[in-house]
Amino acid sequence: MTLMNNYLFTLYIAGQTSRSQRAVSNLRQACENTGAAYELVIVDILERPEAAEQAKILAIPTLVKESPLPIRKVIGDLSNHEVLINELDIKPA
Amino acid sequence: MKAEFAVVKLATGIAGFDLVGYGGLPKGRTTLVAGSAGSGKTVFAAQFLTAGIKDADEPGVFVTFEESPRDIKENLLSLGWDIGELEKQKKWAFVDASPQIGEQTVEVGGYDLSALLARIEAGIKAVGAKRVSMDSLGAIFSRFTDRSVIRGELYRIAQALKSMGVTCVMTAERNQEYGDISRTGVEEFVADNVIILRNVLEDEKRRRTIEILKFRGTTHQKGEYPFTIIPEEGFVVIPLSAIQLKQKSTNIRVTSGNADLDTMCGGGFFRDSVTLISGATGTGKTLLVTEFIGGGVKKDERCMLFAFEESREQLFRNATGWGVNFEPMENEGKLKVVCEYPEVCSMEDRLVSMKKAIMEFKPHRVAVDSLSALERVSSLRGFREFIMGLTSFIKHQESTGLFTSTTSTLLGGTSITEAHISTLTDSIILLRYVEMFGEMRRGLTVLKMRGSQHDKNIKEFTIDAHGLHLGKPFRNVGGILAGNPTHIDSNEIERLKGMFSDA
Repeated sequence: MTLMNNYLFTLYIAGQTSRSQRAVSNLRQACENTGAAYELVIVDILERPEAAEQAKILAIPTLVKESPLPIRKVIGDLSNHEVLINELDIKPA
Repeated sequence: MKAEFAVVKLATGIAGFDLVGYGGLPKGRTTLVAGSAGSGKTVFAAQFLTAGIKDADEPGVFVTFEESPRDIKENLLSLGWDIGELEKQKKWAFVDASPQIGEQTVEVGGYDLSALLARIEAGIKAVGAKRVSMDSLGAIFSRFTDRSVIRGELYRIAQALKSMGVTCVMTAERNQEYGDISRTGVEEFVADNVIILRNVLEDEKRRRTIEILKFRGTTHQKGEYPFTIIPEEGFVVIPLSAIQLKQKSTNIRVTSGNADLDTMCGGGFFRDSVTLISGATGTGKTLLVTEFIGGGVKKDERCMLFAFEESREQLFRNATGWGVNFEPMENEGKLKVVCEYPEVCSMEDRLVSMKKAIMEFKPHRVAVDSLSALERVSSLRGFREFIMGLTSFIKHQESTGLFTSTTSTLLGGTSITEAHISTLTDSIILLRYVEMFGEMRRGLTVLKMRGSQHDKNIKEFTIDAHGLHLGKPFRNVGGILAGNPTHIDSNEIERLKGMFSDA
């Protein structure tokens, strides 16, 4: 059970645009396909611009892998699962 | 109806710039400030905000793509601006879009810069900003692969700022001083208004200039204007051709400090005029300056002397030798002597610092000894601009000015200095050596004096412990000014006189 949620992601979006919805579903699919356990926090910067300021986010959508370290940032709608899995080093739980 | 759509200018508060821009930057629009490395883009962007806070109480947002806010604060502190304090007062907000150390962003699929826009908007709301500076665009282009997306997004940001009624300055890099406007081609979408900063190497000297390339829908001064960046004041534009010839003119005469010379000039110099004394070395230029100051102080006027050739001690000693004692004058606050090597700073900095000194001391008389020393350290154009700026400033202050310039040859001749400034000064007095019968004598003539009659003779003069004394005109010598004096027979003079009286 301790292995659950071994990935913590924060996804920054700006309102419910189709691009941000695509990013969410792409991330889910990629994790499910590799069998990784994860927790996803979605931050809408239109509601919380100070969160974007703090995390120094410029592009939308931005996905941040908070843990395990190292912290990684990926921008875009995450449509290329292969690159995504490689970059974030997603492995099965 | 018309007025509603007209472009309104926003006074930037940057010294001199508002004159060149006919009032400032177009209000509520975005202006691109492009310049090569070290041309002063960041200072311009920062000063646009600090001046707004200081002069108009308009808070600002600074978006940095390149340096961290910490670095910017440190750098601006060296100019004397405490940004940390402004942040505390909620007058200044940073949006930190600078690259984070060790951070590498990977692109997977499509994206936009909504977060940047949201952060800028949040910053504007937080301080109630009327001005936004973004510095510099090149840095953001290098962090994303898709340039067309970034261009489109910057356009969107510019439009959003416009709809919020915010005036924005964006800076961008250039590769060459003369060529494409910017490296990234950003001018294509924020090109309503473009300003170019240059830092050109000319005669081994750096010369900074600012040019307004275009202001869409409104007017501005054309061409390049020199500027300088100095502590406390920051960006100072020297708006030469924007100087208007509207200084007041009076018929009040003031003494030159020498009674003989006053007579020759028809009663003395005009109060708000600038006189140039030209002569070879040792003809008595500094003496005339000394008398000019001595005469002023005697009339209870405040005098200021900028000396670029001699030290204080030398000047004071020489003056004592001619019967003028500078020391008590300075102690009473009637005189201020500024001695400096001309090489100490650039002409632009020199002009600004001299103006400042004059403004502080408020002298009735300003003397500069000599311009030739300054010319040595300047490019021709820089020198001319300096003289123009100084003369017009002195006249605006309604002070009397006296400049000296040294001719390169002992006999006759003109100096380059004169050739370039003779039209800028109101009066010219020439001091010349006259070689006669194996003896060096000295002559003085008033070559021109605007708005007044004057004695046209070339008069011989002598110098003793009481100063300069004018004697008789050189009646029987010709060619003094040309540098080859020839003795003319007195019969010949009579003959010439007769010829003209017959006609």
